[in-house]
Amino acid sequence: MSFFEQYGTFAILVVLGCLLYALIMVVSRVMRPSVPSPQKLTTYECGVPAEGTGWTQVNIRYYVFAFLFVIFDVEAIFLFPWAVIVGGLDATTPVSPMFAVVAMFLFIGTLLEGLAYAWKKGVLRWD
Amino acid sequence: METPLWVPLLQVVVIFTYYLLLTALLIWAERRVVARMQSRLGPNRVGPFGILQTLVDGVKMFFKEDVTPGMVNKLIFNIAPIVGVVAGFLSIAVIPIGGEVTLFGETFTLVVSDLNVGVLWVLAMGSLHVYSTFLAGWASNSPYPLMGGIRSSAQMVSYEIAQGLAVASVFIYTGSLRVSDIVAAQSGSGFVEGVPGWYAIPLFPAFMVFVIGMVAEAGRPPFDLAEAEGELVGGFNTEYSGLRFGMFMLAEFMSVVTMSAIVVTLFLGGPAGPTFGAPDAVAGLIGVFWFTLKTALFIFLFILLRGALPRYRYDRLMNLGWKVLIPVALVWTLVTAGMVLLEQEQGGFGAGLRLTMASAAGVILLWLVATSRTPRDAGDRADHHEVAPAPGDPAAGGDDDVLATHGEDVPRTEEVSP
Repeated sequence: MSFFEQYGTFAILVVLGCLLYALIMVVSRVMRPSVPSPQKLTTYECGVPAEGTGWTQVNIRYYVFAFLFVIFDVEAIFLFPWAVIVGGLDATTPVSPMFAVVAMFLFIGTLLEGLAYAWKKGVLRWD
Repeated sequence: METPLWVPLLQVVVIFTYYLLLTALLIWAERRVVARMQSRLGPNRVGPFGILQTLVDGVKMFFKEDVTPGMVNKLIFNIAPIVGVVAGFLSIAVIPIGGEVTLFGETFTLVVSDLNVGVLWVLAMGSLHVYSTFLAGWASNSPYPLMGGIRSSAQMVSYEIAQGLAVASVFIYTGSLRVSDIVAAQSGSGFVEGVPGWYAIPLFPAFMVFVIGMVAEAGRPPFDLAEAEGELVGGFNTEYSGLRFGMFMLAEFMSVVTMSAIVVTLFLGGPAGPTFGAPDAVAGLIGVFWFTLKTALFIFLFILLRGALPRYRYDRLMNLGWKVLIPVALVWTLVTAGMVLLEQEQGGFGAGLRLTMASAAGVILLWLVATSRTPRDAGDRADHHEVAPAPGDPAAGGDDDVLATHGEDVPRTEEVSP
């Protein structure tokens, strides 16, 4: 399958999607009313004037979960190529299936241990 | 043979329209079904059974003023909905909605592009969707959107991992990321002759993780914490109005359709199904019917979940993702790899042995899920049958009450008719 056949139709979809969005926005700009007022520029608040800046404090846990996410997402990326080839391995391939499976067991085992450690340490708790 | 340009063009337009149509029908079906679950009628005026309601609502959006508040970061505020919608459009690119159709002397493949990185593309587009949510929340420069944006980013990335790990076991079985290969690998018979070889059966735990993950990824009830109306007004899209708000809604509903299509493709055989001996030229069109039917089932599941379940609490949501789904998906990947290895060493299992192993694994997994559940709050289940009847209740104890008041000679207010 040629490069164009794989990605050519794809490019059509990208262009079509962007065109549709542009078309919707242009048509909407022509049709919609515009009644500007200073009230509409203010920060949303439930019926009272907004206090302070637009920033707000969020739970520090999000930061920890972001780290955990990076670790496990990278793991998934390592896992995919392995998952694709592991079913096709046999005695004739340079790597034996047993080696591939055991190696991945060790890798996943290490990460599971890490998750268990984070769990034990209370990192995964919300309160 | 050189194919003329209009063939891929028509192909793309047809598939694009198919998904847009499905999205519009989903919105209508959701309103009707949820209305029925709440003893209401739902939209029933525009067109037969109100089926054109979505169209009319869409047109209405064009006439709504689009306000950009003063404090926002304008560039990112404008980019966020584009990212969401375009990522939604693009993730449908690799999912085949049917087989090959030969019409007018040309062969149409009912998929936009059968990439060799197929499923990876879908997952990548799912990740891009997180950007849309987060950037919208951040650029709004306003408390509610910021909190909604951060909440839903954390939720989406957590469940994304679970989903990705669940998909890995499909790759182990298939040995390919290409979606057409995954569909083809499920076309045979499963464990037992006559049962379709859909991965939902041998990979049931991965399937369950994926289905739960997809509800959370799409940000739908019971996992719609991004826009918990009671707490966050509207979540990340609070400051949006007019059509750009509509675009976020479109992206959300589109992701429901996309997710249903993906789960059907990965675990339920995609467009495979009986063709009733139709000629090869149009057999691919029957695939569209099966695909639509299976996808509609999952869309219906989404709607039922919304109608039936209350919103999850945030800590429970994260617990479910990190303490149940991710370990289950990881362990199941190991089990799958081990099974494939054993099968190679032994040169294939008999049907009986496979069935036994599968059920044993299922039992172990269920046990894991059951024991790792967070304990119920003590006050959650009060026993109601021991509660004494309320005083003055006419059905029980009412007469005694009257006698008692008479005995003590307390003046009573009588009901006097005017």
